[in-house]
Amino acid sequence: MVARYTTAQRINHWITALCLILLALSGMSLFHPGLFFLTALFGGGPATRAIHPWFGTVLLLSFGILFVRFFHHNLWRREDTAWVGRIGDVISNHEENLPEIGRYNAGQKLVFWLMSLLILVLFVSGVVIWDQYFFNLTTIPAKRVAVLAHSLAAVAIIGVWIIHVYAAIWVRGTMHGMMRGSVTPGWTFRHHRKWLRELARGR
Amino acid sequence: MTDLQSLDLRRRSASEDTPPSIRHQPEVAKLIDVSRCIGCKACQSACMEWNDLRPEMEEFVGAYENPHDLNPAAWTIMRFTEWEDEAGNLEWLIRKDGCMHCSDPGCLKACPSPGAIVQYANGIVDFISENCIGCGYCVKGCPFNIPRISQADHKAYKCTLCSDRVAVGQEPACAKACPTGAILFGAKEDMTAWASERIDDLRERGFDKAGLYDPPEVGGTHVMYVLHHADRPSLYAGLPDKPRISPFVQIWKSAMKPIALAGLAFTAMAGFVHWVVAGPNEVQPEDEAKAQDILKHKDRT
Ligand code: SF4
Ligand code: SF4
Repeated sequence: MVARYTTAQRINHWITALCLILLALSGMSLFHPGLFFLTALFGGGPATRAIHPWFGTVLLLSFGILFVRFFHHNLWRREDTAWVGRIGDVISNHEENLPEIGRYNAGQKLVFWLMSLLILVLFVSGVVIWDQYFFNLTTIPAKRVAVLAHSLAAVAIIGVWIIHVYAAIWVRGTMHGMMRGSVTPGWTFRHHRKWLRELARGR
Repeated sequence: MTDLQSLDLRRRSASEDTPPSIRHQPEVAKLIDVSRCIGCKACQSACMEWNDLRPEMEEFVGAYENPHDLNPAAWTIMRFTEWEDEAGNLEWLIRKDGCMHCSDPGCLKACPSPGAIVQYANGIVDFISENCIGCGYCVKGCPFNIPRISQADHKAYKCTLCSDRVAVGQEPACAKACPTGAILFGAKEDMTAWASERIDDLRERGFDKAGLYDPPEVGGTHVMYVLHHADRPSLYAGLPDKPRISPFVQIWKSAMKPIALAGLAFTAMAGFVHWVVAGPNEVQPEDEAKAQDILKHKDRT
């Protein structure tokens, strides 16, 4: 087996994932009246309103650590541009037509950077509308912009999250990497051949 | 405040119900004749008394406003402006500030909690505290900067137009207390008619820009002002010249809600369709074999 994630990295990932799910559920309940019933999961409307920003704070800290751990693996490489150019082959499972890829492919990198950017936007706009503690920090016109930015970014990040989850289901063997930390050599050969060669060379 | 069974609802926050419309409940309005107000604050006191409100004592900072701003326990305050006209005459403009009870209320539009804000058939906009979750969205929705969230119980408060009194055929406490008749309450139609007489009067006396403040941008209001300078409402301690629900709030609360949900549902569906059409990407036995070749190559070097 090929080691892909350490135990600490996996725990870090799953804390972030749990926060994101809790944020999406509590956030959506306050976004659309048709989903207001989701507030019951958190102990009612006022409790949902109070706890949502705290989930966000935990997520920011947890994702911050994740970011420091993984950003250097996610820097853009020349083969990533080529990979994006062959996105049709990616979607239709024709991996043989793709360039050899390192530890992460362009899709994974885009998810990483989009998550990073959107979490930043969500946190900053979230503080602006966290009225319980920060009402006096900003003006009401600023809060109006922030609340719209917050909801747009939230919808975007849920979209990115759906793609992230589906990709993990679609590409078999990926989930094992994040659950148990290891992937098979065949999986690594098929999807991240450059990384496998690096591992074989002992780097 | 509480739900009042004797008044039908016209609108209810975060709800799609069809409002009951069999009973005949005429629209009401409170008319504040700024030109008659002497700034005595009897209305402010009456509001505190009727609604059992005791705002905290504040520091004197050299202005007549007291308290300095609306707060969860001060639902109406008198705002004072010293203004010099073109001829150099000083005018003391006094405006009773508070909820305008908009026909198209931005607070109600923004509120995410079903039934936390209601609009009765007679036009009064009321906050139903037991449904309020304290999110402060109403603060962002209101074009008049009226709702205030209490730090004590995290609920929103504002003038109720004494909906509890009106429901049993009484006028609001402020209107009852005003010693000069500057606050009148009745059917909106009657109040508008009365205002136009008063405006004619003011025009005859030299205030040729006198007029009624009933801004159409929010569908008209159920609290209206007679202003001597109706061409410049903002003279009166920043009464908005053209109040409107912020476009940011409009987008967030109208177009975005269905588009966002449809977009997310579409993304999830696209994943499902992809699974059905292209199927999973599975590691093949030859991948494992080739991987072993690479790994063994390492042993030789
Ligand atoms: S003035 Fe503000 S709080 Fe009052 S009804 Fe209009 S939008 Fe709502
Ligand atoms: S603070 Fe209360 S009344 Fe205001 S928008 Fe939130 S739930 Fe509605």
